Amino acid sequence: MGAFRMPALGADMESGTLVEWLIKPGDTVKSGDVVAVVETQKGAIEVECFEEGVVASLAIGQGETVPIGTLLAQIGAEAPEPTQPHAPPSPKPAQPQPAPPPAPAPAEPSRIRASPAARRLAAERNIPLATLRGTGIDGAITLADVAAAAAVPRRAAARGFDAVEMRRAIAAAMSCSKRDIPHYYLSETIDLTAALAWLEAFNAPRPPTERLLPAALLLKAAALALRNTPRLNGTFEDGEYRPSPGIHAGWAIALRGGGLVAPAIRDTDRRPLPELMAAIRDLVRRARGGGLRLSELTGGTVTVTSLGERGAESVTGIIYPPQVAIIGFGRVSVRPMVIGDAVAARPAVTASLAADHRVTDGHAGGLYLATVTRLLQTPEVL
Amino acid sequence: MTEAEARTLLRDIIAGIAPEADFAGLADDEDMREALDLDSIDFTNLIIGLHARTGLDIPEADYHRLFTLAGAAGYLSDRAPGPSPA
Repeated sequence: MGAFRMPALGADMESGTLVEWLIKPGDTVKSGDVVAVVETQKGAIEVECFEEGVVASLAIGQGETVPIGTLLAQIGAEAPEPTQPHAPPSPKPAQPQPAPPPAPAPAEPSRIRASPAARRLAAERNIPLATLRGTGIDGAITLADVAAAAAVPRRAAARGFDAVEMRRAIAAAMSCSKRDIPHYYLSETIDLTAALAWLEAFNAPRPPTERLLPAALLLKAAALALRNTPRLNGTFEDGEYRPSPGIHAGWAIALRGGGLVAPAIRDTDRRPLPELMAAIRDLVRRARGGGLRLSELTGGTVTVTSLGERGAESVTGIIYPPQVAIIGFGRVSVRPMVIGDAVAARPAVTASLAADHRVTDGHAGGLYLATVTRLLQTPEVL
Repeated sequence: MTEAEARTLLRDIIAGIAPEADFAGLADDEDMREALDLDSIDFTNLIIGLHARTGLDIPEADYHRLFTLAGAAGYLSDRAPGPSPA
């Protein structure tokens, strides 16, 4: 008989609210199935179960908040066994699942799509999501949809959403990072003339659905360069650096109303650019419309943030523990650069690296940024 | 497509991309990306949505003409056939 417990989303998470069960006793589940939606400080996420068998019993009800490690369901082939509701948490928080699925797949179409804010308000007001018609992305139920059904002022509901909780979670993680991780910072201005020319030629004959944004090139270059500097790709835990066998970049996504998440794109370095672009669009849609999965939120081995065309010129990142590096890209803009003996106007981006001095030194970081720079001069190999 | 139809279409697609977008305070000549907090992915999704609903293939070189509500409505009314149902 397997025990499915409230998972830990991060070092700062203490409890979670089970918003929705997607299984019931008697259902058969296999490893990797999404079985529940859990509201955390970082919003509602879909949680996979890595047990296999028949659901024997559910230990807590929808809407209940329990500490991480608490038994949520018993899963096994045998007949149902009696369970203690609100079983005490295990002494040590449950670890993130060790074997996430190889690649994030789109959420099942049968799932009700709803934004984290919408789920929370619906749970608070006891409004079944199935009774609402969504007006958001791909028919996702939005906060406004729930607010309309609940006849509550939208602005008041929005203020009560998890913006405060999200900020608390970010504060905890970033404080931990600044307190415990001796950061060092490097940056490099990169000429993007070749990359943008290649991108323009790539996009010109293609319909909008197949076009690439510069972000895809930057992400791919950042991931490929990590192959040469593996000590920037892994975790530092219990006083020891643990390199990751795969490069799974967490892509930082700003959420509307404040906050951010960085779901992982598995095997970032191995994916062709169109696949990376599709993955970025999919993660942004699910981060803002609901449907991110636990394995995505816990699977990052490094973080990449790109501020986009309306962002600042550069960013100095804060490492997301227990990772050991964050790579940042500022706004792509035309800048004066010295080419040969002359100053020329060139499209450029400032790439930055914040890394953990317990694991690497500035020399390794500098080599890493040099590799990113070199890769972006030959975009055809990305 | 009339300009009024184009405006309705734009609002409809943007509401799907950024459900919390507040159109009430959006001026005709204001950059929608700034005013409605649309990032690069959101704007790409707007272009994709317009392509899906009108069949119009908007080249990247024309993207800047769709940054404002007035610019986008004028662009679409000049080029797009009537909108298809969502």
